[in-house]
Amino acid sequence: MPSTDPATQPARAGIAESTPAAVQVRGLSVRRGGRLVLPGIDLDVRGGVVTGLLGPSGSGKTTLIRAIVGVQVIEGGTVQVLGEPAGSPGLRRRVAYVTQTPSVYGDLTVTENLRYFAGVLGAPPASVERAVEVTGLRQQAKQIAGSLSGGECSRASLAVALLGDPELIVLDEPTVGLDPALRRDLWRTFHDLAARGASLIVSTHVMDEADRCDELVLMREGRVAASAPPAALLEQTRTASIEDAFLALAASPTEAS
Amino acid sequence: MNRRIVLATSSRILRQLRRDRRSLALVLLVPPVLLTLMKYAFEGQPQAFDRIGPPLVGLFPLTLMFVITSIAMLRERTSGTLERLMSMPLAKVDLLAGYGLAFAVVGTVQATVTSAVAFGLLGLETEGAVWLVVLLAIGNALLGMALGLFVSAFATSEFQAVQFMPAAILPQFLLAGLVVPREQMARPLEWLSALLPLTYAYDALALVAAGDLSGRLWLDVGVVAGCIVLALVLGAATLRRRTA
Repeated sequence: MPSTDPATQPARAGIAESTPAAVQVRGLSVRRGGRLVLPGIDLDVRGGVVTGLLGPSGSGKTTLIRAIVGVQVIEGGTVQVLGEPAGSPGLRRRVAYVTQTPSVYGDLTVTENLRYFAGVLGAPPASVERAVEVTGLRQQAKQIAGSLSGGECSRASLAVALLGDPELIVLDEPTVGLDPALRRDLWRTFHDLAARGASLIVSTHVMDEADRCDELVLMREGRVAASAPPAALLEQTRTASIEDAFLALAASPTEAS
Repeated sequence: MNRRIVLATSSRILRQLRRDRRSLALVLLVPPVLLTLMKYAFEGQPQAFDRIGPPLVGLFPLTLMFVITSIAMLRERTSGTLERLMSMPLAKVDLLAGYGLAFAVVGTVQATVTSAVAFGLLGLETEGAVWLVVLLAIGNALLGMALGLFVSAFATSEFQAVQFMPAAILPQFLLAGLVVPREQMARPLEWLSALLPLTYAYDALALVAAGDLSGRLWLDVGVVAGCIVLALVLGAATLRRRTA
């Protein structure tokens, strides 16, 4: 636990020394459309747990995620993922990425989509079955993706990411528009995957999902406002909910330096 | 190049096309219908139909594959599936080869159907072998695909993508020598036409139609093959793994 005032510094309480960092971000700056979206941030994401990336819309979550996955042109800094620079060819098999808008072929069925991506990844046919099962799409497996509801389509997109047993799964707002029961099931799935050794980074702007994460990264205006397990964060900010903690961090002058 | 990925990709593309019955019907029916129209439009001068018929049989696949590829690729870009593929262990050449294989299949079917109608039903005559026309048509389908792939990078909407057909292909049709012999054009246009791939695609077909299998035919074929490779290389350069 850092002894300095927690509100003035990004907290780093939760980074256990025993587990190697899945993601290491140093001085990352990204400019998009002429605007400095990430002004040089540092972050460590622990391996083998579910890390929630929280922050309002426009806080830079998606940009950070894109930099971690290696699809973002960056201006400066470094991003190490599973010990390799983000975007390295070697990582393409180990890292899976689910974009906010579902990226599946709208004119193919769910199963056809999964079979194709499994073919590209060289994943066994059984992994298609399992991905359908895990995302609760058995009823829709033979349905054309374009005719699915928004939530079903995001799940189809998520299912693709589960093919080929990736070591790091990065999900951009995967639970938007899902009914509560399904959302609970998906979070259970995330933890199952983490229990089997995978690392997950899940972005959300729904504060009540924060409690389901092992680690939290709070983002605000392109900066990491805090990074700690939920309980530690509440303790540091002396608040009772993540929402209040976020408000406390937002109210304090975060960038003292 | 990874055979598994190439085959998975081309069968995926063919499956998407098969699902779109109307597009498929258009791909297969439009060329024969147009040729039939021309046959009867040129009823008074059948020798004109015999002159432009065979080249058209070989050039239809180019036009259609250009449009289909530019839109398919644009969809791949806008739906996020391209970004997803680019984050997977797939080489750009795998994707291009997958597209090439799929459209070669479609081009073959289209050229075969069109030739059967043109040479069988409409009594179109050619001095050279019909199978050579079909073979050149398949090559042209690939040229259309490669060009479509390249220009798709410059379109941000399907609306723009379809406009590339009249913008990039029609002028080549005008200058290829099909409408007016190239020697009769204004000199700068004749020079310009020598730089356009369709000129060589047309010339090869015209030579086969005239039964002239000289070295010039192989030069034409070589230029078209070179253009396919060049357009694919340029197209591959527009497939970015990292974007702003």
